[in-house]
Amino acid sequence: MIRVEQLSVRAGEFALDDVSFVVPTGKYGVLMGRTGSGKTTVLEAICGLKPVVRGRILLDDRDVTKLKPGQRGIGFVPQEGALFSTMTVREHLAFSLVIRKWAKDQIRSRIEELADLLGIEHLLTRHPQGLSGGERQRVALGRALASRPNVLCLDEPLSALDDETREEMCALLRSVGERTGVTALHITHNVGESERLADTVFVLRDGRIEEREDTSRLVRLDDDNSPATTERRA
Amino acid sequence: MNTTKQTDPTTPRTYEKATSDWPFIAILWTIGGFYVLMIVAMLVADATYTTPQNFLDLLGSEEIRYSIKLSLITCTLSAALSLWVSVPIGYLLSHYDFRGKALVDAVLDIPIVLPPLVIGLSLLILFQTDIGQSIQYGFPLNLIFPEGVTYEIPSIVLAQFMVACAFAVRTMRVTFDQINPRQEQVALTLGCRRSQAFWLVVLPEARRGMLTAVTLAWARSLGEFGPILIFSGATRLHTEVLPTTVFLELSVGNIEAAVAVSLVMVAAAVAVLILVRLYGRVDRPITRLNRP
Repeated sequence: MIRVEQLSVRAGEFALDDVSFVVPTGKYGVLMGRTGSGKTTVLEAICGLKPVVRGRILLDDRDVTKLKPGQRGIGFVPQEGALFSTMTVREHLAFSLVIRKWAKDQIRSRIEELADLLGIEHLLTRHPQGLSGGERQRVALGRALASRPNVLCLDEPLSALDDETREEMCALLRSVGERTGVTALHITHNVGESERLADTVFVLRDGRIEEREDTSRLVRLDDDNSPATTERRA
Repeated sequence: MNTTKQTDPTTPRTYEKATSDWPFIAILWTIGGFYVLMIVAMLVADATYTTPQNFLDLLGSEEIRYSIKLSLITCTLSAALSLWVSVPIGYLLSHYDFRGKALVDAVLDIPIVLPPLVIGLSLLILFQTDIGQSIQYGFPLNLIFPEGVTYEIPSIVLAQFMVACAFAVRTMRVTFDQINPRQEQVALTLGCRRSQAFWLVVLPEARRGMLTAVTLAWARSLGEFGPILIFSGATRLHTEVLPTTVFLELSVGNIEAAVAVSLVMVAAAVAVLILVRLYGRVDRPITRLNRP
């Protein structure tokens, strides 16, 4: 579960106040909002990459507000992957496991498992430079999932992909969510993506969160943008 | 469809006139070509000034062999020192905002804009002060350099380092600026401490920039003359590096020897340029490989 309670974050001139929402355990939450609405800032705060001014962040009922990023049990998939250019795909998958001092044979079997889950067995010896956009995101996803985090944070992971690859990745993300039981928070401004993926949709607008479970209504809401269709739930 | 008809009043009817670009292109080529030819002509003149046999004979002299050896050693040391110092400074400047950052940034440019002779003189004066004296003759430097620093070989490395490091810092700053901060952040979420993220992710990403920084610092050190002349003196077979040799040979009218030594430095500079072009990824840091 991801529980954000009355979160306040500052990033330079930009500030978010009193943001609260909950993604239930094992569910796929999608956080939407326009460019500059602060959705990435919320994600960074959850990952421990932005200091929190006020409020609390709980992951599976554990207060992680003050913890370092590596202690939070989070997998982070940034925009366009941010893969390590000097490492092979295998080294990406092994990275967090080596840091966390897993045994060699455990690492080997975990890499096999991940490669199978994400369909990247044939890429293990390659470097990121030669990979396609979709392949890169698979590797970034594998790197994030390697140490079996309970929470997965994805920052516009599919924004740089063509429509066909995006469809594939949506299906993959869905099946990964089901097979691993991970609780996910996915940032996007793409309505189609949220329709395909979301169990719960949050819209960040003017520094406030609006929660909607019915994504089809969200489409209308985003289309006509009329306040009359906006229902705010605390 | 009538294409000549003016439908848009802002579009003047000058299609027929705008036919030839060649005068413009020709001027560009003439100006650019002149400068490139001058560079090449300079080097060709050097290379044809002396015969290969004469060149080799001159390079066999004891003084020149000594200065080549001393130059190689001191440049390598100052380049290594420059890298060692420029990596943390470049990283700090690139990743942290702090009070007085603009001032620190400006201070780091001082060795680049200061006249080289002034750097040498400033070093000399610094080491004449009480603090400077106690540094160069006090513990632990007195154990490593019992003769002191000024006018001794360590002063060459220090003079080279003071200037070369500024170039290395610029290069490393640009290098770290170009690395996606998300990579380091991902490493943190994967369980790295800051130091682990730096060693395992950031430094490997910066490897090309580091190579560029170290080669630039090396080349910069090789050409360093002004500060060395003042801070280290120009004693034959003692504090004589390649630019010192050129200066000493010229001052006694032995132009062939000066040219021969210059050719050695040209070869080293060309090798460095090739290395940087092949492996360097940093966008054109300020390079002044042949400042006197």
